[in-house]
Amino acid sequence: MTARTAAAGRFARLAGTLSRSAGRGGGTTLPGRVFLTLAPTGLAELASALSDGVTVVSATNGKTTTSAMLSHILGADREICRNGAGANLMSGVVTTLLQRPPAATMGVLEVDEAALPAVVTGVAPRVVALGNLFRDQLDRHGELEMVADRWRTLVAGLSEQTTLVLGADDPVIDALGADRASVIRYGIDDPGVSLTERDEAADSTACVRCGCAYAYDAVYLGHLGDYHCPTGDHTRGTLDIAARHVRPLGLAGTAFRVDAPDGATEATLPLPGLYNVENALAAIASAYALGVPTATAIARLATFRAAFGRFERIAIEGREVVLILFKNPTGANEALRAIAPDLPGAHVVLALNDQIADGRDVSWIWDIDLEGALDAAASIVCSGRRAADLAVRLRYADVPLDRIDRLRETDVALDRAVADAAPGERVYVLATYTAMLDLHRQLADRGLTEPFWEERR
Amino acid sequence: MLRIVPVYPELLSIYADRGNVRVLAQRARWRGIDVEVTPLALGEDLDPARADAILIGGGQDRDQALVADALIAQTPALRSAIADGVPLLAVCGGFQLLGHRYVDQSGAETPGTGLVDLETVAGRHRLIGNVVVDVALGGATHQMVGFENHAGRTTLGSDVKALGRVRVGRGNNGDGFAEGCRVDRVIGTYVHGPLLPKNPWLADQILAWACEHRGLSAVLDPLDDRLEMAAVTTAIEVARAQQR
Repeated sequence: MTARTAAAGRFARLAGTLSRSAGRGGGTTLPGRVFLTLAPTGLAELASALSDGVTVVSATNGKTTTSAMLSHILGADREICRNGAGANLMSGVVTTLLQRPPAATMGVLEVDEAALPAVVTGVAPRVVALGNLFRDQLDRHGELEMVADRWRTLVAGLSEQTTLVLGADDPVIDALGADRASVIRYGIDDPGVSLTERDEAADSTACVRCGCAYAYDAVYLGHLGDYHCPTGDHTRGTLDIAARHVRPLGLAGTAFRVDAPDGATEATLPLPGLYNVENALAAIASAYALGVPTATAIARLATFRAAFGRFERIAIEGREVVLILFKNPTGANEALRAIAPDLPGAHVVLALNDQIADGRDVSWIWDIDLEGALDAAASIVCSGRRAADLAVRLRYADVPLDRIDRLRETDVALDRAVADAAPGERVYVLATYTAMLDLHRQLADRGLTEPFWEERR
Repeated sequence: MLRIVPVYPELLSIYADRGNVRVLAQRARWRGIDVEVTPLALGEDLDPARADAILIGGGQDRDQALVADALIAQTPALRSAIADGVPLLAVCGGFQLLGHRYVDQSGAETPGTGLVDLETVAGRHRLIGNVVVDVALGGATHQMVGFENHAGRTTLGSDVKALGRVRVGRGNNGDGFAEGCRVDRVIGTYVHGPLLPKNPWLADQILAWACEHRGLSAVLDPLDDRLEMAAVTTAIEVARAQQR
């Protein structure tokens, strides 16, 4: 390491320590910003300190859960240096590397879609795992196609030493693997769990090569599925790692069989929802690329615990509160589908904020298939700065006006729902990122859950 | 039976444009008006006799280019519907497609329908943010709220009036003055969010025109819009805060 990089690193770490001791939060990005100012090209040096290599994970949906799962799998053998959702831009990645645990030899980095090219160029990862691209935060990322184009350029310039792990169920992602040798494709292959029709919010329905509409033999979520272009221009690639015979077990999770080059293994994933099957496959495939047998990865996933706001379960006064992060229509639709079997009699808190991390444009709530989705709930409270927008959305989904409560503060809304619920009953909280972060802080103040930045370590 | 026709919703509904369709249909249903949503699919021809309100949303650049030719082929049918008093709401990409052409960053031109004398040239930066626009319509001035997100800079022909005047936001060409266009019952705008849920007065105006076209009473029963008003209050608050 050059003297300049080393000095920049020391100075940046000190800035983070000072920030934290001054009570200004976890400093999850500040040291990175300081470091990049002092040593703009120092990222490669930082990353090379992780001798067993770095895996970079990106996707619109599931990157936090996927990287948490991968760290859980890899962490059984060695110490891992990893970041989290709050630190997935360049400054956060650099901060994570600066603060790596001394014994860590391997890195797992979740990276924002837009920040991916710069991070991959700087880090030279051993594995790049790309899951999916959905319409998300158009005000920040621009159109899906713009992100896809940047990813195409990125992949074209990727070293052959890097293994590309691709979510083949997404046509845009699948096509990234064309003309490339070191690719591992994963996906679901079970028409039994196909939706009868595509969600209203489906993106990327036009063939990446010729523009005509894909035909789907199975649709798993949004535009993810088993597709082919009717003119034969593009068909989902052969799955190297496939989930078959998928059996949803309600909130308890999902059982499925994983068929991989090193054999077939039965998996029980303790997280509900088909999208978590996608996340698990991404983690299993990435671990496989790093030399972990799929059976080993699957056994370790059985003890995986939910990441921040991903079906996190906490007890408040004898009520089970389930925290679910939502941020775009597809994620919201999947969450609603996952909770549907257990919804009757349960209480629901929705929280919509419009900070940059939530997406300033709240249009997307109109693309959620809310019609009928919450009819079985015992009560519904809308909260967050855009609580009234949620309430209007519910009204047009034919939820009676007298069933729509509005309380701006999410913790107050949660208290209301907990008070409405009988002991043993369940409260679901679906909240956007900053609303969930605020709620987490308030619950932490009451001693009910760990502060976010401590969890991220 | 009132018929609402969203045009190519598969490809033109990037900013939750289906919310506009839902709001029109629901506000008709709640008043006991029979209503049907009959989307126009790619490859189909618009039957102007079977449309009482037409909505065109926005798409990604790629999708918009895919539909442009198909939409241009529908121009005569659209013209005849408009001449017959059918309201047309075109949002964002749909607004651009009302015009003569769209010129992208490289200078390449995609033709539009030319239904309204306007044209759009891609700008360097996207104009993004919450907007508040003063709109005079039906003898009253309303505050139209929503969100804009567009790279295109749209210039109106000298005889075309803007839909409204920007209070907060950037508007058609970024100068913070004119927003959208209106020619009788043809309305174009960059404002989404989607547009109609938080602007029920506009939804009801379009609905009244649609009813009139179908030979129904254009006088609509009032609805309880208190939630909408609360959402408008927040939207204005957020827009003003962003301005500071």
